[in-house]
Amino acid sequence: MELKDKLISSFFAFEEQVDVNSEVHNIRSEAMKNFEVSGFPSRKDEDWKYTSLKSILKEDYSIFPKKEDAIEYKDVKKYFIHDIDAYTIVFIDGIYSSHLSQTTHDKIDACLMSSALTKDKYKPVIEKYFNKIAPKNSLNSLNTAFSREGAFINIPKNTVADKPIQILNFSTGNESALMLQPRNLVVVGENAHVQIIERHQSLTDNAVLTNAVTEIYADKRAMVDYYKIQNDHANASLIDNTYVEQQGESNCSVHTFSFGGKLTRNNLQFFQKGEHIDSTMKGVTIIEDKQHVDHNTLVHHIEPNCESHQDYKGIYDDKSVGVFNGKVLVEKEAQKTNAFQSNNNILVSDKATINSKPQLEIFADDVACSHGCTIGQLDEDAMFYLKSRGIPAKEARALLMYAFANNVLSSVKIPELQKRVNKLIANKLNVSLGFDL
Amino acid sequence: MLKIKNLHASVEDKEILKGINLEINAGEVHAIMGPNGSGKSTLASVIAGKEEYEQTEGEIIFENEEISELEADERAHKGLFLSFQYPVEIPGVSVTNFMKTAINETRKAQGLEDMPAKDMLKKIREKSELLDMDRKFLSRSLNEGFSGGEKKRNEIFQMAMLEPKLSILDETDSGLDIDALKIVSNGVNKLRTKDNAVLVITHYQRLLDYIVPDYVHVLLDGKIVKSGGKELAYKLEEQGYDWIKEEMKAL
Repeated sequence: MELKDKLISSFFAFEEQVDVNSEVHNIRSEAMKNFEVSGFPSRKDEDWKYTSLKSILKEDYSIFPKKEDAIEYKDVKKYFIHDIDAYTIVFIDGIYSSHLSQTTHDKIDACLMSSALTKDKYKPVIEKYFNKIAPKNSLNSLNTAFSREGAFINIPKNTVADKPIQILNFSTGNESALMLQPRNLVVVGENAHVQIIERHQSLTDNAVLTNAVTEIYADKRAMVDYYKIQNDHANASLIDNTYVEQQGESNCSVHTFSFGGKLTRNNLQFFQKGEHIDSTMKGVTIIEDKQHVDHNTLVHHIEPNCESHQDYKGIYDDKSVGVFNGKVLVEKEAQKTNAFQSNNNILVSDKATINSKPQLEIFADDVACSHGCTIGQLDEDAMFYLKSRGIPAKEARALLMYAFANNVLSSVKIPELQKRVNKLIANKLNVSLGFDL
Repeated sequence: MLKIKNLHASVEDKEILKGINLEINAGEVHAIMGPNGSGKSTLASVIAGKEEYEQTEGEIIFENEEISELEADERAHKGLFLSFQYPVEIPGVSVTNFMKTAINETRKAQGLEDMPAKDMLKKIREKSELLDMDRKFLSRSLNEGFSGGEKKRNEIFQMAMLEPKLSILDETDSGLDIDALKIVSNGVNKLRTKDNAVLVITHYQRLLDYIVPDYVHVLLDGKIVKSGGKELAYKLEEQGYDWIKEEMKAL
């Protein structure tokens, strides 16, 4: 059976497991209808021209994990940013793991989507924000139809989350192939601050397909920093759909570090619904073999006097493929917009590919928008400089790649996370440089 | 220490060095002067092992070993050092960390253990004082946002750290004001011993007031056309290169 048909028929089984009388269920049913009509995107869609889902949709995925599986902390400890004090929300094969998690309801809510969707006290928040920010396209609709679990983060007005929040999604590989659809909602009130780290990690080489949707709402003057670590096994694929709606004077950033996985597609969109908003999206991609990472971004400048910054760096080895499709849409009313976009790429091997497509649609006349895209090899003069100091080619190459990615790394605001990402990069480049990157 | 015999080199099939002969012994300072485009920087790069230059003929013998086939890093491990005219910026890697990597990679190649951190710090402190460098400078990203003078001082600092047998200084005086020039040349002079040697490549005689050469060679159109003592540098400064060209025609 094709995955699409399997998902449609599984929806009935899913309905039996959830409360069909809730408001949310109407949203789910509506979403399922959407997905039935649209199906999975194909390369005929302009936005999917360079990324084909065909090969990953062939697997016979289980839609629901058969049994709850307990994993020991010691087996997954290395995936935690454990040297910081953080709230942690852990899912194993899509099911909440209370013994690995540390949630909170003290001043802020860092807890579960399943309780937010079912408990009365969260009803107003769910009604106001759930499925209100994500566009109703096929993959989002699919996620919405099966939305049941994920992280729910609610930071009330004038509150600063006292520690970062980690969302960790593990898959055990107990199924030969598993599809996961986590659904996260982050609501950050006026003047509230929060930092979030998110990771998807499979623990074996079995196939996993994750279709995740995260909606983030940032009220006036809110500050949100969201970090995504994508360093999964060679058979794990991730479609990450993240949507950020910002009110006036808010400041939101999303950093995406893509170092692994089979196919990774990041749909990241910012909607600016007030003035003096700052939106930042940055990413570092370092991949090899036949890995494929696609960044599809949109900043929608709707109101005047806002800024957006996009900075994506990519290093591609072997037969890996990178895609960057960055769209900046500036509406007629959005005068005095400052929008910057840059996408720089290094092709280490001559069989690696990067498809870079900046798209600027500007309807206002008093704006400063810039974009730049470079594709190149490592600078030969720089290589010679390092080698002439006694640094062999492999180490010299690693130093230059690190330097290339550095300005994205240096904007990570959690020092321990910055160290961790540096370590991942050092591992990725497979060198020891005699000091910690 | 260094013997260059009939060295020819090309870049993209254009011959730039057309038969260079040069011998440098331990304890000596040599200067190579010449107008723009005469091949000075190419000579420096070819000796240091830059891959874009193809050595088409001749030999480079360093410490009794033919090094033409060696990679730049292997030449460095044997004690060759090139101070760059345009040092490269490496964001995110501090001067200190860069030096640690360079020194320990060199030690690894020589079969030695990593230098203990304590010794490394002591050495860094000593050598940075020699060049009158601020401590803060050492934690800055390598060459990033450095002024011209800071870059050159940093090159000589690296030379001090790596203690090469032969140092080639490529246009080290360009972009330096007189104070920086004094500090840099003072550093070079203090590093001189009877066992090492320096090859200064320069446009102007100015630097040679501070780093006094034993021999001056004139490079014209890819060949060393005249050699002499330091007085030759003064003559070039005063009269330019035309009289040498005339002499050559007469021959």
